[in-house]
Order: sequence, then C-alpha cells, then structure tokens
Amino acid sequence: MHTRGKAFIAGISEHPTRKAVDKSVAQLHAESARGALDDAGLSIEDVDAYYCAGDAPGLGPLSMVEYMGLRNVRHMDATDVGGSSYVLHVGHAAQAITAGKCKVALITLAGRPRSEGMATGTAPRNYGDASPDVPFEFIYGPTVVNMYAMAARRHMHEFGTTSEQLAWIKVAASHHAQHNEHAMLRNVVTVDDVVNSPVISDPLHRLDCCVISDGGGAFVVVAPEVASSLERDCVKVLGCGEAPKNLMSGQVDLTYTGARWSGPRAFEEAGVAPGDIDYASIYDSFTITVLETLEDLGFCEKGKGGAFVSDGNLISGAGKLPFNTDGGGLCSNHPMNRGGLTKVLEAVRQLRDEAHPAVQVKDCQLALAHGTGGSLGTRMGSSTTILGRADA
Amino acid sequence: MSARKIPAPPTNVENQDFWDACNEGKLMLPRCGDTGRFFWYPRKLSPFTLSENVETVEAAGTGEIYTYSVMRRSDPQYAIGYVRLDEGITMMTNFVDCDFDSLAVGMRVKAVFVEAEGGQKVPCFTPA
Repeated sequence: MHTRGKAFIAGISEHPTRKAVDKSVAQLHAESARGALDDAGLSIEDVDAYYCAGDAPGLGPLSMVEYMGLRNVRHMDATDVGGSSYVLHVGHAAQAITAGKCKVALITLAGRPRSEGMATGTAPRNYGDASPDVPFEFIYGPTVVNMYAMAARRHMHEFGTTSEQLAWIKVAASHHAQHNEHAMLRNVVTVDDVVNSPVISDPLHRLDCCVISDGGGAFVVVAPEVASSLERDCVKVLGCGEAPKNLMSGQVDLTYTGARWSGPRAFEEAGVAPGDIDYASIYDSFTITVLETLEDLGFCEKGKGGAFVSDGNLISGAGKLPFNTDGGGLCSNHPMNRGGLTKVLEAVRQLRDEAHPAVQVKDCQLALAHGTGGSLGTRMGSSTTILGRADA
Repeated sequence: MSARKIPAPPTNVENQDFWDACNEGKLMLPRCGDTGRFFWYPRKLSPFTLSENVETVEAAGTGEIYTYSVMRRSDPQYAIGYVRLDEGITMMTNFVDCDFDSLAVGMRVKAVFVEAEGGQKVPCFTPA
C-alpha cells in the first residue's frame, strides 16, 4: 500500500511557552490541539483519529480523548518510540487515512520537564528494572549526555570528526534562533563559544546539547477530500519511513543510526533523492545527532558529515542545506525532551512560506523531517517523512 | 576522590546465574548453540534463532575500549564505556582504578569485579 500523496498536513501549532509553571501537561496538550485545529479551520467534532506517545498523561489516548472532548474518534495510535514518535505518527496517520480508517488525525505532544526540575541529561536513565538490558547497562551510569558522547567519541575515532566541526551545527542553529522570538537561546554563537563551553561528558560541551524546555505542539493530518475543502494551504505527505536500531546482540556500532534504513524507505516512497530536498528538519538533541543523521540520510557520504556541516553549510541563505530554521532543539525548544513533533512543524512552515522571512527558503518545494528517539545507536527509533507543497 | 558507588543490579530469575558467577570472579558469556555465535546481554533464548539452545562460556576477560566518556559534571566523576571483548561482543562497563585522562579508544583492558551496593559483584574494566 503506497501512501504517497494520499494524506495532507492541514494545521499546525507550537505552544509558545518554554516554562509552564502554571499549566498542567494535559492542558498543554489541549491548547496545542486547539491551535492546530484552528490553524486548519477544523473543530474537535471533525477529529476521528487521535495519536500520542509516552508524554501524554494517564492512559494516553484513553485519557486525552476524554479530556479534550473528542467524541468521534474511531482510530488511535499511541506508538511510543521516544522523540521519534511524532514523525512516525505522520506515516501511521497517512496509512490509516489511505486505508479508510479515518479522515482527520490529531497528533499532540506536551510536557514540562523544566518546571519539574528534571535532570534530563545528567541523571542515569533507567527504562525500568523489567527491561531485559537494564541490569547490564544501568548500573554503569548511562545518561542521555554520556550515551551521545560515546557515539561522538567513536565517530571522531573512526572518521576524524572534530569538536569544531560539531560546533558548526550549533552555530547554524543559533543563526536561525536569533529570529525566533520564542527561542530559549537567541544569541548567535561561534565555534569558539561552543568548544570553550564547559565539558559535560567528554567530548560533548554544554553548547553541544539541546535546551531543556516545557511546551508542546500539535498537527492535523487529513484525507485529500478534507484538504481540498479547507481554505488553508495544506502540505502533502509524500513518503515515510521508520526503523528501530539497537545493541544488535552485542555487535554495538555507535557511528550510525536507524536513519540508514528509515531514510531510504521514505525517499523511495516519495520518489525523490536527498539532493532534491530544499529544507531539512533534523532531530537535534545534540550536535552529534544531526551529524550522524545527515550522513545516514544520504546528504553526504558516511564519515564526511564533519566537512559537510562546516563553514555554515546548514545556515539558511548561506549554505546548501538549510536546517532547523526555527532554531531547533539546540536553541529554541525541546518539549518534554522529545523534539520530533517540532521538526514536522517547521517543515510545514517552510513549505507554506511561513517561516521567518530571514530564514525562509526561497521556493521551498520539498522538505524532510526526521525524528530520533531513545539513545543514539543503542536503543533508538528513527523516523523520516518527506513533505511537499499541495501541488507536488 | 572516592569512586562512584555502583548501584545493585536488578537481578531476576533469567539472569541470576550470570550474577552468581560474577561473585566467583567469572565473566560468563552466552553463546547460541545453534549458530556458535556469542551474544550480549545474557538471556535464555538466542537472539539469532529464538531457541533455548544457549550455552555459557567463561570469557578470557580481556578486550579493548570501543568508546568511552568521562562524566565531568558528576561528583564523583566516572568513566563509562563500551568494551569489545576478545570473544567479539561489546558490553557496557565502567573503567576503574585508572587515571581517566589516560583512557583511549583501542586501549587494552581486563575485567575486574567490583562490589556494588548490597554486595553483588559486577564486571568493570581496568587497563591491562
């Protein structure tokens, strides 16, 4: 079953908050949902499918459908693959719509790790004692930061990647974030600023890391007949791919990600190649996340990511591959430590010509959004979607 | 500087024999009896065939550092890494009894057993 062109993103919303001390998680979900439905010109009565992941409170759809008063839901999906979930949901929604299971799918994300004082990056991460791998890893103190740092170290060892090259990724994000009034970090930084920031877990510095923010977002995926009935510019879903990657029974390799598989699946369905992409939203929990993902998606050869991202190549208007023009997770926000959903939002803005004028890609026809969940290279989800203008 | 205390591993009925062997100073590796391939982490079903034909073999306890990172922001600092054992599988560990600044990818290391909270011994590595 091919889904190319059989579903459209009709509405998007990004919650403006970055610190939500006075709002509950459910409230942030619902405010984001309302924003996306308003943007599309739809109402809660139109929603017949609901998608969420592990950030949703309670029993996911069973709790949130009731909270938001969604009375017509006949399809739901709570696939939780960490931060990659929401890009994966684009593909699952397109499949459900193509199969006739629903016509209007609402996807939401929200959380408040900043208000709750979560030690997101530096506290050992335990997936639960019943997780079969936990006894053999958790005791050694794996945290989000040191897991990604180990990937960076190995990439440096095998390919000669440098801290300065990784720093260019933050530099590019900061150039974009200066134009986003909601971004947490709006100062433009230099390579020196990044490599001279404190080492958190070597070789990663503080400025190699994304922000910790509260917030949320939502989008609506609709059937073609719904899209054509709306006044709003809709964005066409052209191709989607997903893949898990793990410890591979002891054949650990931290130099590549599941994007090696999710990317080609999405490109094949869309019938396009990496060189055709005008704008890319790349999950950016850390600088190394972006570098490995770009290689695995085929934007450059494996091992050449360092050279590819250098000298401003990711800066809109200056480089060949404008990325994360909202400032991304590295500078703008990373709601509930899950950046996949906001990746979809900025790709839609670019295709609608609604990104900030200073970062809008001229004549943007094709965009890619990529999500990464879990821990780079070891127990991760990768999801890729390729989007185009309605007439693509 | 005192070393980071390793928390007690959450042992269970499936992996208890692995931990018991650690208390005797043995690092036991699971090997698929159908394919002859080692795998990691220990489990009772082979990830290559899903069969219960799994044997355990005592590892030489030597290998090299695949990657590592020193958690500079924690107190006390600690070094986490993956070691590629000479038997061909790669496992997570901590590096102990060494100068963290001397660690390097490719460095030869050997297993040592360190007492975790509660007394269970767990495999760690130190320069060979």
